[in-house]
Amino acid sequence: MFHIYCPYCEEHREEEEFHPKGQAHIQRPEDPEACSDETWGDYLFFRDNPRGVHHELWVHAVGCRKFFNITRHTVSYEILETYKMGEQPSVTAKSLSEKDKQAGVQAASGGWQTVGARPESDALNKGARV
Amino acid sequence: MNQVNRLPRGGRVDRSHPLNFTFNGKQYVGCVGDTLASALLANGVDVVNRSFKYSRPRGIVAAGAEEPNAVVQLGASEAAQVPNVRATQQALYEGLTARSTNGWPNVQRDLMGMVGKLGGTFMPPGFYYKTFMAPASLWMTYEKYIRKSAGLGRSPTEPDPDSYEHINQHCDVLIIGAGPAGLAAAITAARSGARVILCDEQEEMGGSLLDSRELIDGAPAVQWSDRVLDELNAMGNVTLLPRTTANGYHDHNFVTLHERRTEHLADSAPSFGSRRQARSRMHRIRAKQVVLATGAHERPLVYANNDVPGNLLAGAVSTYVRRYGVVPGQKLVLSATNDHAYRAALDWHEAGREVVAIADARANPKGDLVDKAQSLGIRIIAQSAVIEAKGADRVSGARVAKIEIESFKVVGGVEELACDTIASSGGYSPVIHLSSHTGTRPTWRDDILGFVPGEVKGLTPAGGARGVYPLGDTIRDGAEAGAQATQAAGIDAGAMALPQITARQDGQACALYQVPHLKPAMRAPKQFVDLQNDVTAAGIELATREGFESIEHVKRYTAMGFGTDQGKLGNINGMAIAARCLNRSIPEVGTTVFRPNYTPVTFGAIVGRHCRELFDPERYTALHQWHVEHGAEFEDVGQWKRPWYFPRTVNGKKETMHEAVARECLAVRERVGILDASTLGKIDIQGPDAREFLGRVYTNKWAKLAPGRVRYGLMCKDDGMLMDDGTTSCLGENHFLMTTTTGGAAGVMEWLELWHQTEWPELDVYFTSVTDHWATMTVTGPDARKLLAEVTDIDLDKDQFKFMDWREGTVAGVPARVFRISFTGELAYEINVQANYAMHVWTTLFEHGEKYDLTPYGTETMHVLRAEKGLIIVGQDTDGSVTPEDLGMQWAIGYDKPYSWIGKRALSRPDTRRTDRKQFVGLKPKDPNVVLEEGAQIVFDPNQSIPMSMVGHVTSSYYSPTLGHGFALAVVKGGHERMGETVYLPMVDGKVHEAEIVSPVFLDPKGERQNV
Repeated sequence: MFHIYCPYCEEHREEEEFHPKGQAHIQRPEDPEACSDETWGDYLFFRDNPRGVHHELWVHAVGCRKFFNITRHTVSYEILETYKMGEQPSVTAKSLSEKDKQAGVQAASGGWQTVGARPESDALNKGARV
Repeated sequence: MNQVNRLPRGGRVDRSHPLNFTFNGKQYVGCVGDTLASALLANGVDVVNRSFKYSRPRGIVAAGAEEPNAVVQLGASEAAQVPNVRATQQALYEGLTARSTNGWPNVQRDLMGMVGKLGGTFMPPGFYYKTFMAPASLWMTYEKYIRKSAGLGRSPTEPDPDSYEHINQHCDVLIIGAGPAGLAAAITAARSGARVILCDEQEEMGGSLLDSRELIDGAPAVQWSDRVLDELNAMGNVTLLPRTTANGYHDHNFVTLHERRTEHLADSAPSFGSRRQARSRMHRIRAKQVVLATGAHERPLVYANNDVPGNLLAGAVSTYVRRYGVVPGQKLVLSATNDHAYRAALDWHEAGREVVAIADARANPKGDLVDKAQSLGIRIIAQSAVIEAKGADRVSGARVAKIEIESFKVVGGVEELACDTIASSGGYSPVIHLSSHTGTRPTWRDDILGFVPGEVKGLTPAGGARGVYPLGDTIRDGAEAGAQATQAAGIDAGAMALPQITARQDGQACALYQVPHLKPAMRAPKQFVDLQNDVTAAGIELATREGFESIEHVKRYTAMGFGTDQGKLGNINGMAIAARCLNRSIPEVGTTVFRPNYTPVTFGAIVGRHCRELFDPERYTALHQWHVEHGAEFEDVGQWKRPWYFPRTVNGKKETMHEAVARECLAVRERVGILDASTLGKIDIQGPDAREFLGRVYTNKWAKLAPGRVRYGLMCKDDGMLMDDGTTSCLGENHFLMTTTTGGAAGVMEWLELWHQTEWPELDVYFTSVTDHWATMTVTGPDARKLLAEVTDIDLDKDQFKFMDWREGTVAGVPARVFRISFTGELAYEINVQANYAMHVWTTLFEHGEKYDLTPYGTETMHVLRAEKGLIIVGQDTDGSVTPEDLGMQWAIGYDKPYSWIGKRALSRPDTRRTDRKQFVGLKPKDPNVVLEEGAQIVFDPNQSIPMSMVGHVTSSYYSPTLGHGFALAVVKGGHERMGETVYLPMVDGKVHEAEIVSPVFLDPKGERQNV
């Protein structure tokens, strides 16, 4: 059972208080009507499943009800960082990839959505893909 | 007293307090301080079980959690039955009653044993699958008989009278295991002031110190542990938990400890006065740091017939002699690969019994204990091992031969030694189980011939658990681990003054797992690797020959390690054998992953108090008591208890559901009924952007909804599939009240927050769940207006208060919001009052309603009434793959809204545009008496051969007392274009129902009844 630091409550709480909501940083295309079916389908259905660093959206469901992000290692289940909505992670697959290689863990592309993302995220996406 | 193997003195048992117990129906006597296993050995009981597959007689092998054979069924009464108890871990108490779990008709005279003997050679791994494979339909028959003759106990058939508890705890340092390393870690951490929990699975804390030969500070080792325990006991920051197994190590240092509080006293928890003690407690511990001081398990050697009763672990022999004062035989042969095992021979000798010989696999054994054995005149046969045990129900001899480990061969003549006990030791395996529960792979170390824990954050292994064995080193390692963990928990820890221990000089151990035999493994007598699952060395060889190379596959093919002991004794030996066969090293073959629980945990402890009425929270509306008093039958809707129907007693006979529902339906259609609709989810939405937000989350338009008006809305996910529906009322320009389905309330609330917080934080809008604040009473039927008019100051004139309006006023003298919305198709008013006024309003309505025959109705009638009107229930008529268009609800889709609302874009994807999507329709069975089965599959061609093309299914189906026939709602491929067509519903019993596709609105399609 995870021990999760809520960045809004500013304390560690038990996993039972939280709900996982899937991959983080998936932004709804600004103009859905202008999207191709493929782009819209990617936004709706396609998610990363990395072995390694994954950015996830969680909600402190029975606490402050705030949504926030968790950077979690999908092999060790270690929570590397939690951060508020609208913030960017400081720990990414890239920042950890050297350490991962040493630990014998396959370096992951990280949980970054590339299709359907807003332009300002593109740079970050590219940066995260090693 | 007939304890033939009990020594007159020595050990930690109290001979002045005899305890009577029963095993397999026979009376025995043991002592206070015994385990069931030590008491059985004291009484000379050799056979304690029959083996799982071959039904071979089995005796006690070990003295702790690793015991594979002595698994018993405990309990004198039916309600107190506990399966799967290791006799080695069960303290003896007066009146203890136990049975073997295998063996029919009994362990001594076992019928399957004959099958095992005859069939043994013909029962390789996969035997059951290979033999009983065809015909597959008969497997169920075979299985019944196979199960009868195998198995590891049974569950009680009567309710458990005991109660169990859960406790949530936090600590700075949790230390698992109270042997030398654990005690040193605990005292170091505790003296620093840290909050410490120390747990140990045994009856007594002290671990290996309880049977140690060594001296600490010049005194017996156990005196040191007693001193340390006394000090720990007196400290307020320390919790000592004996009889407590750390059964699971979970993420982020969450550890579950199973504390058995009364199982050493009786088979059911004793009472103090009127209070019954909790039988066990599950401590749910979030530890800042964990010290793993779980020690090591000895590995037996794998030689022929190593399962005959009288074959024991060397360390277990020492434990029984030194701790329990029991020598489990007369004449001992020891087969060893290391010095530590020599303790067994020395203890045996000192107990006054004969040590026939020590077969040491090493060419030139050297060390303090070897010298000691030599000085006592014990015969040591170097470079040799026991290759085969003789005997059937008890060892009668040992065949010892010179072996060569490198070539895996017997290289000398075989000498047969008469003996009744063979002790073996192939080295020690650190107890790493907990460290691998979270998926961490252990690391093999050649120097200690064992796996040690991999690196786990927040977990520090110490002592034997990481392969540190000499006593002095173990204590130092424990103290260091304790200090390290304490520092890591953020507390300064001082160094512990280490006690004086004269270091023992031990020779290097050698690596031997399976012992070579004169014959190849396939032809030699069985060499057991996993005693509990009857896995042999030959079986593992066969698995590798049949192409299983991964140890995980070998494990699954042979069932090695799949027993309740999780292969504590056998796994490493099995891997070593697989490695030899595959010509690889042990680390190349790898290890399997251990999973919780470390030892079996009773369901009661896992469940705790979360059972019966506390299994799941129950939610009651403010009117619940009235429903109970009026005989309602209840239905679970989520956690809510909702009245299902209100059966009346007519002429002394209680109505059936069918009768009650028919009466309730007609009351609503003809007069007036009332429903407690309080469970509907209610969300209060406020803010300047509330209206804009609604427009984005609902499919339909909200821009022009004026205060005082109500609108029905559909909510989709962004894939265009319906997720919830309900009405939303405009309470003010910036204020709305949304209702959701009963089951969807929490999910919708989270959904709104999700979109607001992650996509549209710029919208100024706030959500508050007010489900419990308001009670909702639906008054519906032709007389609804007349009834409500008697108790309200709201103008109910049909032109002033129209359908889909809401008004504020008083009802029965209390402030109320009244919504004119209808889920029945009749004139209807939903009265909302503050929940604590609900009972007053409800009973007032009944006082005035008597003359109208006001009839309470439940969810079943609600379902029939709404279905007659073709009104959907999300989750019943939809399943997450249904769009508003599939439902024929184009009227509720605002295609031209400026913002691309949730779900809109998906409705133009090719898949949602298909014309053969399953569409929502009504079904009218051709036979008016037929009520179709909900979930029944629909086909177009009843004569098509199987597999038939299924084109839809029934989502709702009822008998309509108003229409006088059965009717159903369904989804059918292309259904909207198939009105009037006939479809077929083949049933399990061979019948095929016919039905006509019709509009889902069966009653009053123009809505005249609700608009009056």
